[in-house]
Amino acid sequence: MPKLTIDGTVVEVEPGLTVLQACELIDVEIPRFCYHERLSIAGNCRMCLVAMEGSPKPIASCAMPAADGMVIHTNTPEVHKMREGVMEFLLINHPLDCPICDQGGECDLQDQALFYGFDRGRYIENKRAVRDKYMGPLIKTIMTRCIHCTRCIRFATEVAGVPEIGAIGRGENMEVVTYLDQALASELSGNVIDLCPVGALTSKPYAFVARPWELSKTETIDVMDAVGSNIRVDARGGEVLRVLPRLNEEINEEWISDKSRFACDGLRRQRLDRPYLRVDGKLRPVRWQEAFDAIAARIKNLPGRKIAAVAGDLVDCEAMVALQDLMAALGSPHLDCRQDGAALPAEPRSAYLFNTTIAGIASAGACLLIGTNPRREAPIINARIRERYRAGGFQIGVIGPADDLTYPYDHLGDGPEALVKIADGAHPFAEVLRASETPMIVVGQGALLRGDGGAVLAAVRKLVDTCGILRPDSGWNGFNVLHTAAARVGGLDLGFVPQRGGKDVAAIVAGAEAGEIEVVYLLGADELPMERLGGAFVIYQGHHGDAGAHRADVILPGAAYTEKDATYVNTEGRVQFATRVCYPPGDAREDWAILRALSDALECSLPFERLADVRARLREVNPVFAEPDVIVRAPWGTFGGTGEVGSEPFVSPIENFYMTNAISRASVTMAECTRAFAGKSEKKTGTHG
Amino acid sequence: MSPAGDGMGAAEAPFSFSEANVERAKAVIAKYPDGRQQSAVMALLDLAQRQNGGWLSQPALEYVAEFLGMPTIRVAEVATFYTMYNRTPIGRHHVQVCTNLSCWLRGSDEIAAVCRETLGIDFGQTSADGAFTLSEVECLCACVNAPIVQIDDDFYEDLTAESMRTILDALRAGQTPKPGSQIGRTSSEPMGGLTTLTGGDGDGGEARPTGES
Repeated sequence: MPKLTIDGTVVEVEPGLTVLQACELIDVEIPRFCYHERLSIAGNCRMCLVAMEGSPKPIASCAMPAADGMVIHTNTPEVHKMREGVMEFLLINHPLDCPICDQGGECDLQDQALFYGFDRGRYIENKRAVRDKYMGPLIKTIMTRCIHCTRCIRFATEVAGVPEIGAIGRGENMEVVTYLDQALASELSGNVIDLCPVGALTSKPYAFVARPWELSKTETIDVMDAVGSNIRVDARGGEVLRVLPRLNEEINEEWISDKSRFACDGLRRQRLDRPYLRVDGKLRPVRWQEAFDAIAARIKNLPGRKIAAVAGDLVDCEAMVALQDLMAALGSPHLDCRQDGAALPAEPRSAYLFNTTIAGIASAGACLLIGTNPRREAPIINARIRERYRAGGFQIGVIGPADDLTYPYDHLGDGPEALVKIADGAHPFAEVLRASETPMIVVGQGALLRGDGGAVLAAVRKLVDTCGILRPDSGWNGFNVLHTAAARVGGLDLGFVPQRGGKDVAAIVAGAEAGEIEVVYLLGADELPMERLGGAFVIYQGHHGDAGAHRADVILPGAAYTEKDATYVNTEGRVQFATRVCYPPGDAREDWAILRALSDALECSLPFERLADVRARLREVNPVFAEPDVIVRAPWGTFGGTGEVGSEPFVSPIENFYMTNAISRASVTMAECTRAFAGKSEKKTGTHG
Repeated sequence: MSPAGDGMGAAEAPFSFSEANVERAKAVIAKYPDGRQQSAVMALLDLAQRQNGGWLSQPALEYVAEFLGMPTIRVAEVATFYTMYNRTPIGRHHVQVCTNLSCWLRGSDEIAAVCRETLGIDFGQTSADGAFTLSEVECLCACVNAPIVQIDDDFYEDLTAESMRTILDALRAGQTPKPGSQIGRTSSEPMGGLTTLTGGDGDGGEARPTGES
């Protein structure tokens, strides 16, 4: 291992590290603009210059491999002067518009100019001006500010897999553009805003909204998909203004999807801020007590088997366990957290988890995607698969729609037929999986949301055995279910599924239509065929006026994910705690507290006084809730339904990435994205432009 | 002039290689190892530019990108970086006048003035009949024969105002003037005949003529 001296300190580093990385190991800070640890090295900003003994010229530490015997100086007057020189060149063409720049206060150039900037300019020519570019509804560009670090170009090409940004022209005329000024068609495009070290790429929806020092910053968990990305929510005066990623190497690294980042304006629109009661066919605002009284009047004396509850996609575990206990107290066995009707079992736990883990994708040797489009269902996981593909030696097969996933793959078939063939070992891809020491398969909801979902899962289970997806000797578990809903794994962990003799979601809807079910409790469930609920008395508890609220007879206003301390379990089975950023609007309350109050009205009080009591109950129901932020290995077992698989092709449950839940459907930004990117995959025809 | 602004996105005729150029392109690609066919991008852009009347249209860029299986923006980066790829239509003859130091000292101002006057256009313009485009270029790397002008693929060297005018007139008349030195010297020999290595038996003992360098 190379041993080098940095500012008099001897440090031994892994071979292959650069001088800049070696400096970071001993907390010597090196200024930089173009270097980013998750992107390839460009070495073009020159800000990271250091002096090396024996070298007549300064070296760019980001691009220089650390070698044995190097003597590096980073804090001599000469080095300082070199950096000042670089900074002066960078500032030649950079406008002095910090007071009107959205990057102000969180700008790398501003910060570093504090240490290396000269207090006046010596450049007397005109500064260059650059025409702004269009990069879509999310990214605002002020290209005169660009310092050509090429981070955005490298991100789009390497991580996002959409090589559409480039630098055209040369020298003074170099400009960063998207090809033909098209919108950047990536679900991860918002990350270039964070990557941009200056104010050239900023957030369009957040333009001129706030200054960073005015914001209260809260670290919490995202619920727009089942990845459980770690986010920081910035709010001012009880209003969520923006969402930024937070570093978590095991989940989202430092990226988040555009939906996680930009759907937050949906939190201000279409909100349910007071209880409503349907009187003479019209929803009328009422006080909490009136709403509870109406529910009590309807439920009292009703046998439990005539009551059913469905939990939606954004619901926290605290609310689900409270509703689950309430339903038990009312004597109802009809519970379901799989509002989409996915044929997922509640046992064993590994049957519904992403067992390989998100970080584990890096060690997979081959991958089979079944009925899933990870690019739309979980862009963060898709980026991980792409990262693994870029590392080389990774064969990917797809059964399902042949969409652009940003990496090449073998399209093995459209429907269950190909799956059965591989499970029988009669397909060459079975050999690919068997030959790999760490094969992984990803089963999407598209494969399970079907009449034959149980049979498909059984075929997958068979494939796991015949292709050796589990390697007991190495402990490798390559079976993965990719969820699309943040609440789903938590619901299954709690056993929010039909109890003995209970109906599942399809049967609940059918029962309501037939009149067997008289009361349906929708806990944030909006993706049901509401018109088929017949004459049932519908209670909707949730935060947005979406499909469920329109059908409801009573609306109980709850809290969105930024407005409560709540527990979520991601698709890997990782328990994470979300933190309250601001309070719910108006009369809305935290969801478990609503259920607690309702239980009083129904005279079957839940034994919760504080959040801690609910959390204790979570741990009692399932011990995994006692171990947050880590992966608890799930036991393996048999699962899968019976019957024959059908022949219809798999389709992804997500048609439009930008609108998948009540919050994103209420978001103006997401609506603009839908407009900008709808039908993007269609081939151009002669009549276009 | 913004490199992004002009020529990009205009409605342009579709482009594809002629059969002969497909063969040439394949031959170029074959020079590189498998999977490294993108290395041929510059040669293919040159083929495309020649076939397309001296400039690269949007469809030509996209065609080359597709031919090599690379993102169009990467091809656009190459095509806009190098000055010898033209991104706007040019005349049948591209007159490129060097105005760098050596040529300037040897009278390139005069040469440029003759071009302007004879062709009736300034740098960056194309004559109304579409015959000539006049450009100012950086050093063409033939300083010993300054002043020089590159017209299409040929260098015209040791120019004077008269010889420049003759060349342009000949081109306008549809003739091909003789490229190279216009004063009859071979490549970059000294103008007044050889001054060194003028005789002897080549054993290296020859003295340099005095008074000259």
